[in-house]
Amino acid sequence: MAESRTPSPAHAPMRSPLGRAIGLGSAKEGVEHWWRQRVTAVALVPLTLWFVIAVIGLVGADHAVFVAWVRSPMPAILLVLLLVATFYHTALGLQVVIEDYIHREAMRLAALLIMRFLCIVFAVRGIFAVLKMALAA
Amino acid sequence: MTPAQRPLSPHLQVYRWQLTSVMSILHRATGIALSLGAILLVWWLGAASDGPEPYAAVQRFLGSWIGLLLLFGWSLALFYHLCNGVRHLVWDTGRGLELSGVYAGGWAVLASTAVLTIVSWVVGLSHWTH
Repeated sequence: MAESRTPSPAHAPMRSPLGRAIGLGSAKEGVEHWWRQRVTAVALVPLTLWFVIAVIGLVGADHAVFVAWVRSPMPAILLVLLLVATFYHTALGLQVVIEDYIHREAMRLAALLIMRFLCIVFAVRGIFAVLKMALAA
Repeated sequence: MTPAQRPLSPHLQVYRWQLTSVMSILHRATGIALSLGAILLVWWLGAASDGPEPYAAVQRFLGSWIGLLLLFGWSLALFYHLCNGVRHLVWDTGRGLELSGVYAGGWAVLASTAVLTIVSWVVGLSHWTH
């Protein structure tokens, strides 16, 4: 039989020489998802610790005190960075959860799209709120 | 040769609960919970930017029993995901992957989570004026 002469996959990989050289695998993204999750995770360690300490300091603060704190002006910058890193990291994490549990292609695509749109909408809503307070006359 | 008829998927119910697997599941569960917590953060910032009245309404809710319970769960999930996330970053450098290291790191994460949560709430509640 002709098939018996075919070399085993280990000797004749299905991947083209170009694909092997680029090294991005079948998903065409290589380690990009993994790496971005790590970059945002590293950024979130100091940002989260700062945020928790700041929130504890703000317990019981009224509106004027809170807005003055946001405008002081470092908190505004750190809050925007926190929102960007948080929702980026969230989108990457929820993507894996959706890919693991939703197997029907159309459902999975819909869930991924809705999840990404929501992450962007909430991030922009939060950033807008911070900038509105920080830049108000 | 006929291949052995082995189970094709991990039959979770036949395994004894282990620290390692429970902590892995908890990392994902707290991650999902924190996604909802992030919406709470945006709601809070949005209310503050809308003015004193919406801000006061959010503060009233967060100061209620449901609000405090929600915040407590949020802080617990946040500290767990943070500490276990650092454990993952250490693993990414190739360290702490032997069985003893995995268990030592696991217990360290649980202890750090408890200490950070308790300290935050003790300090936070002692600041609370009403």
